[in-house]
Amino acid sequence: MHRDLVSLLLRDPEAATTFGLSDWDLLVRQARRAGLLARLLTRLRQRGVAGHVPEQALLHLESALTIADRQAVAVAWEARMLRQALSGTGVPVVLLKGAAYVMARLSAALGRTFSDVDILVPEASLPEVESALMLAGWHGDRRNAYDQRYYRDWMHEIPPMQHWHRGTTVDVHHAILPRTARLKPSSEKLLAAAVDLPGLPGLKVLSPIDMVLHSATHLFHNEELSMGPRDLSDLDLLLRQFGEEAGFWRALPNRAAELDLSRPLYYALRYAVRQYATPVPPNTMAALADVAPVWPVRAMMDGIYRRMLAPHHESLEDRGTPLASLCAYVRGHWLRMPPRLLLPHLFYKAFLAERAEAKQEKKIGAERPR
Amino acid sequence: MKVSALSNTQLTHRLCGEGIWLRTGPVVTHIQTPLPEVAEAIGQSYAHHELSDPDWADFHVRVYAPFLRGHWRAQSQFAFDGYIPFKPLPRAHAFALLEWGLNWCVANHLHNHLVIHAAALERGGRAVVLPAPPGSGKSTLCAALIHRGWRLLSDELSLVRLSDGRLSALARPVNLKNTSIDIIRNFAPEAVIGRETHDTSKGTVAHLNAPPESVFRQDETAAPGWVVFPKWQAGVPAELKTRSKARTLLHFADNAFNYSQLGSAGFRAAAALIDTSGCYDFTYSNLDEAIAVFEQLAAA
Repeated sequence: MHRDLVSLLLRDPEAATTFGLSDWDLLVRQARRAGLLARLLTRLRQRGVAGHVPEQALLHLESALTIADRQAVAVAWEARMLRQALSGTGVPVVLLKGAAYVMARLSAALGRTFSDVDILVPEASLPEVESALMLAGWHGDRRNAYDQRYYRDWMHEIPPMQHWHRGTTVDVHHAILPRTARLKPSSEKLLAAAVDLPGLPGLKVLSPIDMVLHSATHLFHNEELSMGPRDLSDLDLLLRQFGEEAGFWRALPNRAAELDLSRPLYYALRYAVRQYATPVPPNTMAALADVAPVWPVRAMMDGIYRRMLAPHHESLEDRGTPLASLCAYVRGHWLRMPPRLLLPHLFYKAFLAERAEAKQEKKIGAERPR
Repeated sequence: MKVSALSNTQLTHRLCGEGIWLRTGPVVTHIQTPLPEVAEAIGQSYAHHELSDPDWADFHVRVYAPFLRGHWRAQSQFAFDGYIPFKPLPRAHAFALLEWGLNWCVANHLHNHLVIHAAALERGGRAVVLPAPPGSGKSTLCAALIHRGWRLLSDELSLVRLSDGRLSALARPVNLKNTSIDIIRNFAPEAVIGRETHDTSKGTVAHLNAPPESVFRQDETAAPGWVVFPKWQAGVPAELKTRSKARTLLHFADNAFNYSQLGSAGFRAAAALIDTSGCYDFTYSNLDEAIAVFEQLAAA
């Protein structure tokens, strides 16, 4: 098995000066799978070592950054369009994840790619928000009754809405974890602490600490971890940037406890330190010591996430990887809903979903005007 | 070392194991495949191409039969370093799948070039770009021209370098479809055409080798010369008509794979190409007449 060159370079960009051509070959492959090619280039440039990149590899790093830069422009436009669509409702709209990083000009936006925009709104205003979005050109995916119920009754978001012309997608959340999940971080508290975006009234982002907690929660509740290395890198950058503000590290575990998110924070800090050498003060880790799981669980989690948070490339796979992937998948689902809901849901997804979707497609086809 | 230096057995063995590092112009692709018929097709279609050192490849790809689909309703799958961009195809189409996959790699990742869906040929240091929708006879015309004094840059992907506006060559096989396979066999008996694959989404498909000279000169770029939109129509004389440059730019905007990703750089590259090129619509029914018109174009 090879080394994780992506994490190595993100931890220590100067190591680029020791790389041979075949190292760069492997790095580009691993970084491409991890979605971190563009970010790597920005880090190398920041440390003044981009000159050591051979031109064959530089082509790919620069190509990735070209894409990322274009996507950032697109996301910023999308955020503005959302603001325009929702300004009439008076509802506070909190941007989440990538869109928030871009609009708040955070270092976590560097070299990042985006697929859709996530927003958080108060649950009571969901119908109004959905209507306003539809008027402005977003439409719900015409999913079948099962999917509608899955999202609306159980999950923390309504079904994704696509813009008819731009083709972009917005995910409207009313909470950061599903209704059916065990942990219950209060949306009211998150919304209350949200911060205005300068120059864009109506658009907000989560407070710095809440942004970190959301990132941690999202990562450690996800069953699908192909973006794991990238999400952990986002977390690392957020922590490094916000960690310079006075009182941040002291307040972080306290707020986590208040929002019932101590366990995801524990994992986030643990793995960020191990993988990206995030400078987390010992006091902060100590404050989370009593949230840490017992040793066997911790060891199992280490085994799973050591693999799932490294780039998902064949050079980094070992015999334990398929099992780790399965465990992460099961864990993600386990955390989302209790067994009495989970098992029928997985059964539906495995055996009935395709047929139901095909039936829905047929129904839509029949409804089209001739 | 060239691909032809390896025997079929050696090539098949290598592709099954460590793979080969194949250079096509500015791109090195590491290819692995356990499918012997694909190995044979690579050996034939890329005979004159060079094998590169294993310490660098721009793209790492595999063509293989997916699990349990090796023989029963046999399929082939293309993977780009573990990522699968297309649905599997019947196993009989495996080499065509590889070719489409190699195009996909370039179109989606080579952003130091504006990648236009068009053929590109060179004569006297200048390039003619031939954009055309499928079925307009572009590949047939391209295949004919490369056997009458024009150098093949690419059959599918015109690569315009962002740094200086010159066109790069890939010198990869030309994709012939249906009747054009026999037409080219008759037109250029020296042409090396691979096995025919039937019942693809585009009908019957075969791959014509890039002429050896096109491969030897693959590192020579070309300056912009002309943009010609060909259209085969029964019974018409071969004729060039001047085409609006503005319309041509709009066409490029729609038909360059990475136009929107490149933003203003893409616009500038397309505009610069069109500014310095003669832009024409071209109708023809007879290949010899068509060749003659292009001769005149090159001589001007």
